[in-house]
Amino acid sequence: MPLDFTKPTPPSDDKRWKLVQATMRRWGNHHDALIETLHTVQESFGYLDNDALTYVAAALRVPLSRAYGVATFYHFFRLKPAGKHTCVVCTGTACYIKGADQILESIRQAYDVKPGETTADGQISVLTARCLGACGLAAAVVYDGEVAGKQDAASTLERLGKWVEQ
Amino acid sequence: MRYYRSHVMVCTSPQCVDKGARTLMKRLQEELAAQGLADEVAVLETPHIGDCANGPEIMVYPDRVHYAGLTLEDLPSLVEEYFKKGRVVTRLLSQFRPPVDKELGPPKPKEVRVVLRNCGKIDPENIEDYIAEDGYQALAKVLTEMTPEQVIEEILASGLRGRGGAGFPTGRKWQFCRAAAGSPKYVVCNADEGDPGAFMNRRVLEGDPHSVIEGMIIAAYAIGASYGYIYCRAEYPIAVRTLREAIRQAREYGFLGQNILGTDFSFDLEVRMGAGAFVCGEETALMASIEGKRGHPRTRPPFPAVSGLWGKPTNINNVESYAVVPQIILKGSAWYASMGTATSKGTKTFALAGDVNNTGLIEVPFGITMREIIYDVGGGIKGGKGFKAVQTGGPMGGCLPAAYLDVPVDYESLTSAGSIMGSGGMVVMDEETCMVDIARFFMEFIQDESCGKCIPCRVGTRHLLEILERICAGLGKPDDIEELEHLSSLIRRSSLCGLGQGAPNPVVTTLRHFRSEYEAHIYDKRCPAKVCRALIRYEIDPAFCTGCTLCARNCPVNAISGERRQPHTINQELCTRCGICKQVCKFDAVTVS
Repeated sequence: MPLDFTKPTPPSDDKRWKLVQATMRRWGNHHDALIETLHTVQESFGYLDNDALTYVAAALRVPLSRAYGVATFYHFFRLKPAGKHTCVVCTGTACYIKGADQILESIRQAYDVKPGETTADGQISVLTARCLGACGLAAAVVYDGEVAGKQDAASTLERLGKWVEQ
Repeated sequence: MRYYRSHVMVCTSPQCVDKGARTLMKRLQEELAAQGLADEVAVLETPHIGDCANGPEIMVYPDRVHYAGLTLEDLPSLVEEYFKKGRVVTRLLSQFRPPVDKELGPPKPKEVRVVLRNCGKIDPENIEDYIAEDGYQALAKVLTEMTPEQVIEEILASGLRGRGGAGFPTGRKWQFCRAAAGSPKYVVCNADEGDPGAFMNRRVLEGDPHSVIEGMIIAAYAIGASYGYIYCRAEYPIAVRTLREAIRQAREYGFLGQNILGTDFSFDLEVRMGAGAFVCGEETALMASIEGKRGHPRTRPPFPAVSGLWGKPTNINNVESYAVVPQIILKGSAWYASMGTATSKGTKTFALAGDVNNTGLIEVPFGITMREIIYDVGGGIKGGKGFKAVQTGGPMGGCLPAAYLDVPVDYESLTSAGSIMGSGGMVVMDEETCMVDIARFFMEFIQDESCGKCIPCRVGTRHLLEILERICAGLGKPDDIEELEHLSSLIRRSSLCGLGQGAPNPVVTTLRHFRSEYEAHIYDKRCPAKVCRALIRYEIDPAFCTGCTLCARNCPVNAISGERRQPHTINQELCTRCGICKQVCKFDAVTVS
């Protein structure tokens, strides 16, 4: 470990960096806290941008390549800002049998977005989840963090339509 | 301590206090004393019962009678009628019904709850609830009466096998780790329950976190570990929060930290969150992830028991394996070994999902047949349709047809049928499910989740997926089946970790049990279950269509035309076979062929 290590300064004065610093401190600024720290960054800022990754990598003393590698390896981390609303379609086995792919296809046709993308107007982000563990409610869709069960293409489009109208 | 025949809990939540709960409590005590019952009935405070909206409310134990909306005028008659004469005053009964736990509910026929015994019964955020259910007694017994070797002996004798799916004897694993040289040693709990269709571990973590923590402390004592991690997937935020709170309370009560229960044994624990990578359920990938790296598996040996986290001996078990340990210690290995079959002891939780009437969590002893699970516990197939297959073991498991319905469920029988036990996801499929499409779905999943480290898994599954997509699109070639078989055996033999080795399983088992469906897709260009879009067409039956225009209004590509009150037609060129018209039609006029 180089002796001349100085703590990097956060990319901005934003108060939310204090939260990020607190997380790193809780794990002793040790490099294995990388994933936990990135979780906090994403919780606070919504996504991970280059500045954030550079800062976290420097603060935890890991190469930027590793921070970037971790951020891209795990599905949970987002490198681009999310839309105003998010719609997560569960594509677990039970939901798939109950027509999750039809839901996704109908969203694609209606809004021209594929899973992982955001509509051009920044209104709706469409994501897929591997399994929400809500298989009893299949097909499950999460609208802005609220799980809705027994969904189909028609009910999903109706729900998204309401977002767009607002 | 005095004994009372009956305890009255008075809700003193702010809402109830606002409605006069304090005065009510005082007057109730006075009234009981006045009628000579002060020595028989105790009146206590409780923070919440559930019906505060109609407060003030009281709950009487042991009868579990719940009164709400009480006024001071009600008290004399209530004490007279109920406490003295034992007649329930129905007019004052609360209408409140606690929300039914849909996942769990009351035990279904043939269920035996061991791991799930506390779920839905105790408050997971209150350690005292757990202690009241004999919690941490096993830990006390282990620390004061047993040597680590005796603990391992007991677990070995119980026949407990790894509940993560592979079924390695838990006691042997502990033995290896205890024997391994190196310090410190670690205990890790694998709570990265990524199999789609499985949610047993989530329920245990959310409903009974202390059983897992206690099991881990006992394991740590047995192998001589000083620190532990629970690796929980980020998709389970409630489980992570519950666990962190449970650990905090366990520390406060002296079950974690320095000198546990006054002995010289010290152990502490923390929760690490995953970040959405299925492969991290594989133990070596999981350890890489705890170390803050990409979740890449590595070759074994060395096994984690020898060289695990940071190169130190590490014991990794599944949530369910740990959760059952305290009860084995308390009730004895003979009790546990009395359930199950010759090689698979005890009980197993399954997440029953798909086309059965009672979806949700179940716990059954090993040796029960699939038929009993689906028809007795699960209540049969939804809508009275026919059973087609049951998928066990998650994406690396397999689909078993009706011929295997009467095979007893244990590790060996599922393996010989071509599937695996896995973590316990069980998805039931009715006759409207296309097996080729299911194989394609799993391959898409595995393809996406393959970490990319080794070529057979990364490239091989991609090819499998392409062939399956071709077959589903109606472009299957005659030698596709042979190609699938050849590739599958190649991937199975040459992949690095369990994910790759199990990756071809969905294809292999569907080929083995449902070969005719593949042939129908390839040779007849026909999807028998009417699922694969390229091979079906939606049509409107003019005999049933009333011309309500509902389908035309809902069609995302405007492929349906027709006059109001006249039968509609679907333009096959425009139709994308999304199936919305069939979903919205109130007259069953849309048919698939």
